[in-house]
Order: sequence, then structure tokens, then C-alpha cells
Amino acid sequence: MESGPIILSIKLAVVTTTILLILAIPLAHWITYSKSRWRPIVQTLVAMPLVLPPTVLGFYLLVLFSPSAVLGHFLDETIGVRLVFSFGGLVIASLIYSLPFMVQPIQSGLQNLPTSLREASLAMGKSKLTTLRRVLLPSIRSSLLTGVVLSFAGIIGEFGVVLMIGGNIPDKTRVASIAIYDEVEALNFAAANEYALVLIAITFTILLLLYYLNGNFLKDLMR
Amino acid sequence: MIKCNIEKQLKGASGPFSLEIEFTLAAEKTLALFGASGVGKTSILRMIAGLMTPDAGHIKVGGKVWYDSDKAINVPAQDRKVGYVFQDYALFPAMTVMENIRYAAGNQGSDLVEEVVTFMEIGDLKNQRPGLLSGGQKQRVALARALVQRPSLLLLDEPLAALDTDLRSKLQDFLHEIKSRYEMTCVLVSHDLPEIFRLADHVVKIDNSKITASGPPEEVFASAEVSGKFQFEGRVLAIDHEELISIVTVLIGDQLARVLVEQSLAHTLARGDAVMVASKAFNPILYKI
Repeated sequence: MESGPIILSIKLAVVTTTILLILAIPLAHWITYSKSRWRPIVQTLVAMPLVLPPTVLGFYLLVLFSPSAVLGHFLDETIGVRLVFSFGGLVIASLIYSLPFMVQPIQSGLQNLPTSLREASLAMGKSKLTTLRRVLLPSIRSSLLTGVVLSFAGIIGEFGVVLMIGGNIPDKTRVASIAIYDEVEALNFAAANEYALVLIAITFTILLLLYYLNGNFLKDLMR
Repeated sequence: MIKCNIEKQLKGASGPFSLEIEFTLAAEKTLALFGASGVGKTSILRMIAGLMTPDAGHIKVGGKVWYDSDKAINVPAQDRKVGYVFQDYALFPAMTVMENIRYAAGNQGSDLVEEVVTFMEIGDLKNQRPGLLSGGQKQRVALARALVQRPSLLLLDEPLAALDTDLRSKLQDFLHEIKSRYEMTCVLVSHDLPEIFRLADHVVKIDNSKITASGPPEEVFASAEVSGKFQFEGRVLAIDHEELISIVTVLIGDQLARVLVEQSLAHTLARGDAVMVASKAFNPILYKI
């Protein structure tokens, strides 16, 4: 077993989860409080990766980002970025794929807060941003944690999207889940087993941490 | 001074209805909005605070127009800066009591914060989180949080509804003192008559989404509810049939009363029935406790 794929998996999960958190908070806030008629459409788009096979998403991203497509060509020509079979492409694909895992916990956390909390803060003359930062987000810490952990664990385990858009390039796009597939293809079951065990250990630890933190730590903090 | 003349289409338990409200309140006076639940009292407070937009009309507070449907003026809640004590208190769960108060105080000096904390007797609770406070403590923190903003207008949504009688009257005294001390105009939602008599200068009584009476509490409630005779609603707990007459035990509030009743009437009663106990001819005795 090489450590490369495991490290790449973790790197992908860290980068994607961080970007995701920054994107998902304003998006979940907008979905929760907006009265726009676009709201159901945005909500549906965000939830789509939950029901679509990851290969569908991966396939269209591959088509979209390939240098012969309009967008792929534009990116390649103007800023010299090629997203197909690259780490950047993996990040973008993982962002789209994991968006619902981050947005939905945050959104339901916000929805379950009494509306009076937000209104009280607004009536005090605080801006929406201050209200979000000081009142709403600290009140939904457990939802934020759930979103972070679900996204992180989901990206570690993701296979279909990653294979489609990233392929199997060592140290570039060969994440742990791909490495397992690759080793099995080569009938190298011992190596596949090692990767699989490491993945089980990582996801088990992450989920255990989530339940432990949500159970004790946050309750103490809220006291 | 507040001038308010608003219309709003609301959805109630028995279908949509149109709320039409008009009142004027002088500065530093207290107005009570009185009416059954679901008539839109809270909605009126929310519209004054800017948390809900009326369909038509105008709201003018202290010479400034906050809402005018004709001129399309609608000052956002953030710029109206009313003091609002919500029915559920809306204390921020992730902040301690003191953090809640400091957050509300914003740029107001810490002298004021200290003064209000001392005055509201919540100094001991400073480092607690709201989740662990009792109803009365939450109420005082919520009031303190509204006061440190030094609002010119204080809105109170049934702030004392969830409290027991003793605490209620103590907090009513508090509120009364606050009003004179911090020179605020106050709009209060209440359906508790003692509270209204203690705190309000002016009452607006709302029935079927319209104002049916408006004036000082003594006037509004005089005709219908104040008379030389008294009557109480109660529930039948027990009926004992004696030889000539029956004795009915009635629970009124938390007191038991025994009433002698003719047997013909007693036979129509059953345990749990709602009854009215009234004095007919005698002047009640009053003594100070």
C-alpha cells in the first residue's frame, strides 16, 4: 500500500470541505429566509446530487470541462486551467457532489431556530450579516458540525464522480477509493484490503467524533 | 408620539381576516392592546417594529415616518431600533446573559449596562446561558436586553403571560418603575386586566379584527366588566344532596367555595360543569391582606 492515495483523499476532503463551508452558509441562509420565486429551483438543484448516480454528475462535468467543449476550451485558453483529470477538477466535482450534505444540515438548523431570534437581532439594529455571524451560526453549531463531518466523510468515500472526472493518475487524482478499485482490478486483494481498512478506520473515527462532540461537548458549550 | 393607521390581511385559525387598526399615543405613555388570542395583536407589534409589512396605511413614530403605503416608505427593522420583548423572550442561546445584554447594548456605555443589570437584579445570572434560566429570570433578562438599547419605543408581547401570580405582580411593579425611569413610550399586548390597569394609560380593545373600544382602562372596561356585584366562573367539583337542599363544591381559581343550591337545579349539574357563582343582593366585604 502506498500512502499517496490516502493523503490525496484527505487533502481533497479538507480543501473541498473548507470551500464548501464558505459557500454553503450564505446559500443555506438564502434558501431559509428568501421569499424569491427561484427558491424551490435553487433548493432542487442543490439536492440533485443526493438522488443522481454520481456517474451522471461526473459524466457531464467531464463533457463540460473537456478541452474540446466550449467551457473547457475557454478555461484552457484564457487562464490555462485544465479541469479534466486534475486535482482542481476533483475539487470542483466534489464541491457540487457534496453541496447538499453541507447545505441541508445548515438549512434545517436555521429553520428550526425560533424566528424571534433573528427578528430580535434585526430589531436591535444589527445587520443581517452580524445577525448571522453572532446569533444564528453560534446557535446551530451542531448543524455546522454535522455538515462538515458528513461532507468530509462523503468526499473520502466518493468514487463515481472522482473516477469520471479525475481518472486514475498517481499523486494527482488517484484517491484511496480509486486505488482500491485499481488494486482489485489487478487482483491485488491484499493491497485493496489495506486501503479499505484505512478508509473504514478514518470514516469510523470521523463519525464517532461527530456523535461524541454533538452529544457532550456542544451541550456543555451551550450551557 | 405614535400615530398608527394600518390594514393587513392575516390568516387566522378560522380563515383569513382583515385587520384594521388606528390609534394615536402620546410620548412616554403606555398603550395596551387587549383582545382574545388570534385577533392580530402580535401582528400589530410586528408591523410597528418593521418585522411585518402592512398592506396599507401609515406608521409615524416621534415625527418620523416609518411606513407609508402611499409614499412607498418602509423603514427596515434595523433602522427603527425598537425595544422588543418577545413572547418567547428570544434570548440568544449561544450567548451568556451578559453577552446577550452587551450585544443589544452595542455602542451604549457600560455604565448603562451595569445600571440596568443591577436594577433588574440579574447580576447573579451574568455568566449563565439562557437555557437554564426560569421563566421569571428569562423575562427580566429579556427586559434588560431591551432597556440597554435605550429605545424610545418599547414593545412588549404578553411578557408576563407565562409567569405565576406573585412573580407577575412583582414584575409589573418593575415595569411600572422602568417606564418612568427610562422615559419610554410603550405598547403592550395583554389580556390580563390587572396588568393593564397597573401599566397602561390607554387601552385599545380589539374584537373581530376591529377596534371596538379605545380609551383609559377605567373607561374601556367600566361599562361591561366593573359593577357593584361580582361574579366568578368556576367548575363543579362535587355535589352533595342533603334532605332539602344540595351543596355544590365549586373550584374558582384555586379556591374552593361551597354553595347551597336548590335540589331541582342541583340535579341538572354534573361534576366538571362550568358554572357562574354570583352575588345577587349583598355588598361584598373587602379587607386588606
